[in-house]
Amino acid sequence: MFFITLKRIAKNGVISFWRNRWVSLATILVMVLALFMVGALLFSNVLLSSALLRLENKVDISVYFRTDAPESEIKNLSSSLSGLPQVKEIEYISREQALEDFKKKHQNNSLITRSLDELEGNPLGASLNVKAKELGQYEAITRFLEDGVYSSIIDKVNYSQNQLIINRLSGILGASRRIGAGVSLVLAMIAVLVAFNTIRLAIFTNREEISIMRLVGAKNSYIRGPYIIEGIIHGVLAAFSAMVIFYPLTLWFGPRAERFLGGPDLFAYYLANFFEIFAVLLFVGVFLGVISSWIAVKRYLKI
Amino acid sequence: MIFFDRISKQYSPASIALEDINLSIEPKEFVSLVGQSGAGKTTLIKMLLCEERPTSGKVFFESLDIHNLLPEDLPQIRRRIGAVFQDFRLLPSKTVYENIAFAMESAGMVDEEIEADISQVLDLVGLKDKICHFPGELSGGEKQRVAIARAIVMRPDVIVADEPTGNLDPINAKEIVALLQKINELGSTVILTTHNKDVINGLKKRVVTMERGRIIRDDKEGRYML
Repeated sequence: MFFITLKRIAKNGVISFWRNRWVSLATILVMVLALFMVGALLFSNVLLSSALLRLENKVDISVYFRTDAPESEIKNLSSSLSGLPQVKEIEYISREQALEDFKKKHQNNSLITRSLDELEGNPLGASLNVKAKELGQYEAITRFLEDGVYSSIIDKVNYSQNQLIINRLSGILGASRRIGAGVSLVLAMIAVLVAFNTIRLAIFTNREEISIMRLVGAKNSYIRGPYIIEGIIHGVLAAFSAMVIFYPLTLWFGPRAERFLGGPDLFAYYLANFFEIFAVLLFVGVFLGVISSWIAVKRYLKI
Repeated sequence: MIFFDRISKQYSPASIALEDINLSIEPKEFVSLVGQSGAGKTTLIKMLLCEERPTSGKVFFESLDIHNLLPEDLPQIRRRIGAVFQDFRLLPSKTVYENIAFAMESAGMVDEEIEADISQVLDLVGLKDKICHFPGELSGGEKQRVAIARAIVMRPDVIVADEPTGNLDPINAKEIVALLQKINELGSTVILTTHNKDVINGLKKRVVTMERGRIIRDDKEGRYML
């Protein structure tokens, strides 16, 4: 009995979807728009996160040591720093490496090259480039360096010079994340509301039919069922259509976005995460279709 | 079998549709409700179909107070009351077969039984050749016959026909009334509302006359008198 009813509900849903194909098509188109927004938010989030990550990775602080600082003490400081929870990465640049880098950098400047040759020793000190896990942690690392037992071997820490830039960047990145999340949420909500109202409108045109079904003695679940099936079909087809649209779009936009933002190639991301993206769109689409149908039909099941 | 117990329906203080209606209908009776437009005939029918709730009073179907039933019990009662309307109220996106089968499928009847019963009722209403047609492809008379087929297919105890001849020409109207008589002879109670004087006078059955929401006459073998 249960399976017969289920089979009949599914059959009625599919038949109704096909017979009202123009309304179905309009509903799917609006749902595609909504799912396109959701997908676009996924992609833009990937681009934004990767751009922000790259910017964050460019920030570090350099600790310059006095030229007479013993290498053993620098190594000790390096291992102490590694023990700090805020520190993500440390790069040691020895005095010799620093000189070599400096020479390479200024190899075309004869004045600097000659001046270096006239100096007997290596005028450059060793240094450590320290990367924090988060932007806000640089201040704590700097305090550790300047107030700690190693302050005697440190010539300078460039955090104070970069402090303004780091703080500002930290502020911009934080604000970008918040604004991005807010805009995403608002856009997704608008898209969902439009799709929801389209489905409600489609069912509104069937309100007379629903009341007839009630009057001939059909159970609520039997009346509601086919509309839910239609909602599922709308969701599945809309998710599939949105994925098809994203193929040429990411193929065209991906390399351009990569060049402009230096970010990941969206097309490669689309291909690599095809099933995950499809699963998200499918879930949102089917959920939207089912919930909208459920709410819309419920309104007319009161007679 | 059906008892309207002091039914009143008031939409607003200025709009009173029914006032203190007491009406009892016995099994296998053929009752015609007559009255001018706005007399309250359709509202009374809506009370029986639970399409509207009375402001006061009760409607009993056998011993059940139908307006106090749980929502999930209502379909059971509605399957025992077949309804036919002036505007046919067929499902436009379903074929003749699907329209008639809908309530049966919802009740969980098996396909073989549904097919046999539909074939039988379509024979009775003379529409076997239109089984795959959509309502939009049928004439008014044919639509009403489909509506009657749908109403009787579940073998209901009562058939309620609200102005079933209102949109039909005299020949079709006569055929529809003849069908209702046949259904009555087969054992179903029939409640018919109509404006058609000839129909009422030809029936020679019980006539309940309504005016401004009240019953003003109830004759056992009545005639149309307004």
